[in-house]
Amino acid sequence: MDLYQQLILDHSKERHGSGLREPFDAQVHHVNPTCGDEVTLRVHVADGVVQDVSYDAQGCSISVASASVMHDEVTGYSIDQALATYEAMRAMLTSRGRDAGDEEVIGDGVAFAGVAKYPARVKCALLGWSAFTDGLVRAGIDITPRADAPSPVAASAVGSDPPTDDKDA
Amino acid sequence: MSALPFTPAESALIRADFPILTRTVRGDRPLVYLDSGATSHKPRQVLDAERHFYEHLNAAVHRGAHQLSEEGTDAYEDARHTVARFIGAQDDEIVFTRNATEAINLVAYAFSNGAAGGGGGTGERFRLGPGDEVLVTEMEHHANLVPWQEVCRRTGATLRWVPVTPAGRLDLSSLDGLLTERTKVFAFTHASNVLGTVNPVRELAARAHAVGALVVLDACQSVPHLPVDVTELGVDLLAFSGHKMLGPLGVGVLWGRAEILDEMPVFLTGGSMIEMVTMEASTYAPVPQKFEAGVPVAAQAVGLAAACDYLTALGMDRVHAHELMLVRRLLDGLAQRPWIRVIGPTDLQDRGSVVAFVVDGVHPHDVGQVLDGQGIAVRVGHHCAWPLHRALGVTATTRASFAAYNTAAEVDSLLVALDGVPAVFGLDVAS
Repeated sequence: MDLYQQLILDHSKERHGSGLREPFDAQVHHVNPTCGDEVTLRVHVADGVVQDVSYDAQGCSISVASASVMHDEVTGYSIDQALATYEAMRAMLTSRGRDAGDEEVIGDGVAFAGVAKYPARVKCALLGWSAFTDGLVRAGIDITPRADAPSPVAASAVGSDPPTDDKDA
Repeated sequence: MSALPFTPAESALIRADFPILTRTVRGDRPLVYLDSGATSHKPRQVLDAERHFYEHLNAAVHRGAHQLSEEGTDAYEDARHTVARFIGAQDDEIVFTRNATEAINLVAYAFSNGAAGGGGGTGERFRLGPGDEVLVTEMEHHANLVPWQEVCRRTGATLRWVPVTPAGRLDLSSLDGLLTERTKVFAFTHASNVLGTVNPVRELAARAHAVGALVVLDACQSVPHLPVDVTELGVDLLAFSGHKMLGPLGVGVLWGRAEILDEMPVFLTGGSMIEMVTMEASTYAPVPQKFEAGVPVAAQAVGLAAACDYLTALGMDRVHAHELMLVRRLLDGLAQRPWIRVIGPTDLQDRGSVVAFVVDGVHPHDVGQVLDGQGIAVRVGHHCAWPLHRALGVTATTRASFAAYNTAAEVDSLLVALDGVPAVFGLDVAS
């Protein structure tokens, strides 16, 4: 079926970057309450770059393959680039199939375009990514999209949820 | 004694009553619906009854003196009578709620309110506090677990639970140590929504009563599938939902022995449930009205009564026999596939009509997705019984569950579709 692209099956069997490693700046544990899938994830950032994302994932092929692809697409990239990849991935997955995904931005992530047509599985594909962005926050990174961010999703997020600094002001 | 499954001709007639069974899914595939444990489909008779209420009787029942209000109230109370008769109860022992979850919360909050000295109840037994214990089991649906966790948190009582054996039965060897004079309430399920296990209700109720505990039964997976007579079970309170038994969404039932309901503190307060109200304080109506705050779910209750009539006409003994025939066929088929492991009893002894299983090397979510691609609807996940899955060492399971409208051919479709699952994920299970 169109959902289970070979890339997804490959990543679910050979999980890139799987296993929890040192050093790390934050560790998070995320679950999908509808099915009990879970991921423990560590992020290590330095000099504005995602140095390592290590994880231990238990779940369906979609959720573990997505974590594996995420490892490839964020490790070694700047935090800004990693967040842009996350936003592009999220936009594709929540598009109900209208956004086929840009391979230039999300790499192997395009294999998950079919997931968008199965709303019940979108959470599976986002589990690792959500853990990653939460890990960044716990590591003290401001992940709030900047006002000049190109993505319309990011722009609306700024409008509805102002950065913390503004609230304090 | 031994009722027979429905014949193919009878099955065809039953299926013709369910409009949704004629639709196709995922392209032009016929719908094979094996998820009635989550919610059942509704026959035309139920849909017509609800529609008739809205088209001819619609009124806020138990209010007003106009003709519609009278007729609507009669329909609502007739529905109560039908539901009562369906489970061998008295009319005023039936409380309509929004669903079974609300029915169980009603009881849990009665204990909370009793502990706080409120709710208008007179029963000492509803005064829960530190030193008291609430006993549940490890196989409970979250709806019969989380409300008790909350009531313990609010009152200072202690939550305890009966463990489950690897075979999927309650481990009764521990019961003596768990059921003590400290136990104020024992809440457990009649039939597990995951394992299919039917628990020995009479024995458990008798042992609970021997230490003075109140017995609350989650009957969501029993009342729709097997003959249930509350006078034979020996429990004090029992909850079930309408939508799992061919009835509408939005209506559930709490049954309670009259003297228990009478002394039980109220849960939701407001209109309908009062006797007298002043600015300072209020007194409450007799049962069952004191538990039915707000405008009652009359159309839904009428639909549920139509579902009871429908099931009664089929014969609950035959419904049970038919579903067990399907369970046997599925269990036999799964036994021939060593790469599939059944979670729960593999015999028909004390068994309900759900079958949960895991496919070696394939996550249940993925199993369900492949089956869905074939038009087969099953449930995947932890089925709102996360602690049970944890106890049995599985993250999630795939669950097929049956109703009167399912057929042997649908079981066969499931088995054939399962044979195609491993290959999708590059696994070779050829024996």
